[in-house]
Amino acid sequence: MLPERSRAGWVLVAPALAAIGLFFAVPVLAALALSFTDFDIYALADLDRLRVVGLANYQRLLHDPRFWIALRNTSYFVFVGGPLSVAVSLGAALTLDARTARWKPFFRTVFVLPVVTTLVAVAVVWRYLYHPRVGLLNHVLGWVGVPPVDWLGDPRFAMPAIIVLAIWKNFGFNTLIFLAGLQAIPPRLFEAARLDGAGAWQTFRAVTLPMLAPTFVLVAVLTLAGYFQLFAEPYVMTQGGPGSSTLSVVLLMYEQGFRWWNLGYAAAVAFVLFAIIVAFTGLDRLARRFAAPRQPAVAQHGPGERS
Amino acid sequence: MKRIAAAALVNGLLTAGAVLTLMPFLWMISASLMPTGEASAIPPRFLPSHVTTEHYRVLLTRLALGRHVVVSLGLAGTITVLGLAVNVMAGYAFGKLPFAGKERIFQVLLAALVIPAQVSMLPLFLMLKALGLVNTFAGVVIPGLASVFGIFLIRQHAREIPDSILDAARVDGASELTIFRTIALRLLTPILVTLALFSFMGAWNDFLWPLVVLTDDRLYTLPVALANLVGEHVQETELMMAGSVVTVLPVVLLFVALQRYYVAGLTAGGVKG
Repeated sequence: MLPERSRAGWVLVAPALAAIGLFFAVPVLAALALSFTDFDIYALADLDRLRVVGLANYQRLLHDPRFWIALRNTSYFVFVGGPLSVAVSLGAALTLDARTARWKPFFRTVFVLPVVTTLVAVAVVWRYLYHPRVGLLNHVLGWVGVPPVDWLGDPRFAMPAIIVLAIWKNFGFNTLIFLAGLQAIPPRLFEAARLDGAGAWQTFRAVTLPMLAPTFVLVAVLTLAGYFQLFAEPYVMTQGGPGSSTLSVVLLMYEQGFRWWNLGYAAAVAFVLFAIIVAFTGLDRLARRFAAPRQPAVAQHGPGERS
Repeated sequence: MKRIAAAALVNGLLTAGAVLTLMPFLWMISASLMPTGEASAIPPRFLPSHVTTEHYRVLLTRLALGRHVVVSLGLAGTITVLGLAVNVMAGYAFGKLPFAGKERIFQVLLAALVIPAQVSMLPLFLMLKALGLVNTFAGVVIPGLASVFGIFLIRQHAREIPDSILDAARVDGASELTIFRTIALRLLTPILVTLALFSFMGAWNDFLWPLVVLTDDRLYTLPVALANLVGEHVQETELMMAGSVVTVLPVVLLFVALQRYYVAGLTAGGVKG
């Protein structure tokens, strides 16, 4: 190891490590500490008011009906919206990858367009599309005889409406990843299947699906992890309503932390969400696998960048 | 015959998907150009009876949305430039320079990707408050500087720079920092464009953090200002659609112009193996 190169290496990583350490690692550890205190608006004004309360915030959370409502709503969004979104992405990628598909670059661009747009702005647009009386959606559904639905005003339909918006907004991102996975399948495998006399469906079952499995796991994990962090859609469209039907865990954290200044309690909410994400997605295992050399590597760029 | 039917099905599906995907955008643009009240007419109109730019004028004059456009451009630009510098240096070092503890540190960074940003947000707010940076532009920029994703992306590409090129420069007596500045940066240019694109879009579209850290409505970024505007002008559909157009237009144009760099970031640096 040459000293000059080693020194240069340290000089070059120092700013990034300092920034990540100061503005990410320290706050994460501080959040854990914060979750064991009763940090509230009084402590914000005068730190002497701060008390260490042990696990009281976590106990309170277990008995907070709003937390359970938020968790139920978020789970609905994750486990209904997530699979639907992955299915739409896979369908779009397979269709785009079909040999008979034309104008592929055009369609690809169109599908990715919602991904790069500002969530707040498109949520505002969808709010008007969902309008019960003058909204375009009810008007179009009326053509096929569907009676008007109060999408965002009816507790039964508010979360499905947010799921539809989220799928529209995000599916293009996973479509690109699936397309890359499809194009990475060696053509000789399709050739071999053809020589063996396999039909389209058999080829899909025997070649495409197994070869796509690693991509599928990657997409599923990143999508579920991202969907657990639902926030801006209900913030802009419903403010968690009607009747808490779209209150999400991050929205609850935001309200508790930055509206009521219950920072200790909000930190506990954030950590419980973190634990749930890790438990359900095995994200840590995935990260470790990708950290190992010569393994598929992951570019984690959440659409909307964890808005 | 079967082949023609398959082609018709595939292209029909793609066209239907494209129409559904574009519809909200087309209606947004159309409604933003309608005279007041027309976007909430019954039955709904798809096109304006006559095109008017009055809502854009109201936004830019009476509601001074131009200020927020400038704020967002400035903040996203700053985050992009500073973040690029920080992440490219680190990514190159992780990819090409041997230093003690390199692999271990890199693994810790990747593991940190698991932690959602919301976890760090509450103490970060308190820290910035103690430093007097709440309600300042610096407070918006600081957490966006270093990005593990950015470092990772650059590292993957830096590893593909042939050692022979770097060694040749070393034999010529160039210092490591000179080699980074003159050779590595040039070879990494395409992926720098990709990373800049991701950073700019991420910063432009970010909502939760600017919402938290900016309390003075004159300092709001465009998405925060827009969310605020909905509260006051929810009945004025055409005005809100014009605001949405102004908010998404810069990122859409950027994407359409540079999309091959966007796709490259997801495919080449993204899923490998």
